[in-house]
Amino acid sequence: MEIPKSFLGYKRENGRAGTRNHVIILPVDDISNACAEAVANNIKGTIALPHSYGRLQFGADLELHFRTMIGTGKNPNVAAVIVIGIEPKWTKKIVDAIGKTGKPVEGFSIEGVGDIDTIAKVSKKAQEFSMWASEKQRVECPISDLWISVKCGESDTTSGLASNPTVGNLMDKLEPLGVHLCFGETSELTGAETVCEKRGKTPEAQEKFKKTWNAYNDFILKEATDDLSESQPTAGNIAGGLTTIEEKAFGNFQKIGSRQFIDVLEPAEEPTKGKGLYFMDTSSAAAECVTLQAAGGFNIHLFPTGQGNIIGNPIEPVIKLTANPLTVKTMSEHIDVDVSKILSREMNLDQAGDELVKATLRVANGRLTCAEALGHKEFVMTKLYRSA
Amino acid sequence: MASTDIIIHDEKDNVGVVVIEKITPKQDCNCWIMENDKSAKIQSLNEIPLGHKIAMSDLKEGDTIIKYGHDIGKVVKNIKKGEHVHVHNVKTKKW
Repeated sequence: MEIPKSFLGYKRENGRAGTRNHVIILPVDDISNACAEAVANNIKGTIALPHSYGRLQFGADLELHFRTMIGTGKNPNVAAVIVIGIEPKWTKKIVDAIGKTGKPVEGFSIEGVGDIDTIAKVSKKAQEFSMWASEKQRVECPISDLWISVKCGESDTTSGLASNPTVGNLMDKLEPLGVHLCFGETSELTGAETVCEKRGKTPEAQEKFKKTWNAYNDFILKEATDDLSESQPTAGNIAGGLTTIEEKAFGNFQKIGSRQFIDVLEPAEEPTKGKGLYFMDTSSAAAECVTLQAAGGFNIHLFPTGQGNIIGNPIEPVIKLTANPLTVKTMSEHIDVDVSKILSREMNLDQAGDELVKATLRVANGRLTCAEALGHKEFVMTKLYRSA
Repeated sequence: MASTDIIIHDEKDNVGVVVIEKITPKQDCNCWIMENDKSAKIQSLNEIPLGHKIAMSDLKEGDTIIKYGHDIGKVVKNIKKGEHVHVHNVKTKKW
């Protein structure tokens, strides 16, 4: 199949392109959620991103909080941003960083004003942003404007046999066209970590991966109370036939095809080394991982599932594919791309990869994903440790 | 082409994955090896559902399970050729 060289996206002030055109109301902290949700309820065409954290965090955990907030606002799928926090200082820090993209952003703080007057004031600004964004038109963008992140979930053996290799096939086809790619799930590479390490393009990338995986594994061993058999593999994984974390890891690893990664990113870190594949240090929990990848600037997500994970994200469209014929049958409203015919050998990997490329471009052009149509907007901040 | 009941990732693998809804005891199964496009046959000992693994050879306690051509865990209870391979007879070497 000849791969189209362009898609229809929203060109942003900083040169990036979005596959979506959201106006977001971003609370800095847990106690600003109510205000953010009230504004989003008042003003059509806006979306609130409530979450549970943002108070008394410190050190690396606070840095990650800011990186996630700022990265979410900077994502090219977001046209304009309203930031609401209880205090002005942290709010301003986030507003200023998002503002560097050139997109409209405005911050508000609640202390000394109260919810009701804040909601009135913010609603006026949100209305202005929403109506402004509604006039943005999709324009032809080169395919290299796609930044594709991947993560699998509720995996089973069909993931490693077919749906993950289909994503790998897409990576092999699209990487030469200049797209950015990102995989993560540090703990779910356990067992395949030395094989994965060798996929680093440079000795520096390999070393960075080794350090990152070791740190995560040490943390798991320190906190583990048993053999993690209740968590990894999950009950769903085991029902689907996955027996050990090593088996899950080698299945997971199929998602990068024959690609090499050029750098290792901190959680929610934006890549800076140009086109190609990146590894991001993330949790393997679906919503946490995709939230971090979206904050890293990725504008479209591929999510292979076996037993049927149903996750979505508020700003990054999540495309689901499965090779499990039972999941296709029982959970069809969640599956964007069915590659189960690989198992019956009525479809080969090359054909499945082509189907996924086509589906990805349709979604990039504006087609809603199943998760979007069903209202899945899981925005989950990763927290590294307890607050002070 | 005969229908495929079991797919094996790599020629070195000692397990295969059931890719039909289930296989029944004493079923003669067609296996396809992805890596080299070869075929093999095996008779099952148990009922094994979609996505679950079957032993392609006799395996002893302490042996290593090979899938994708790599080590994915250790045998903790002897396994006969054609038997269901899962958490009751295989454990991780990690964690």
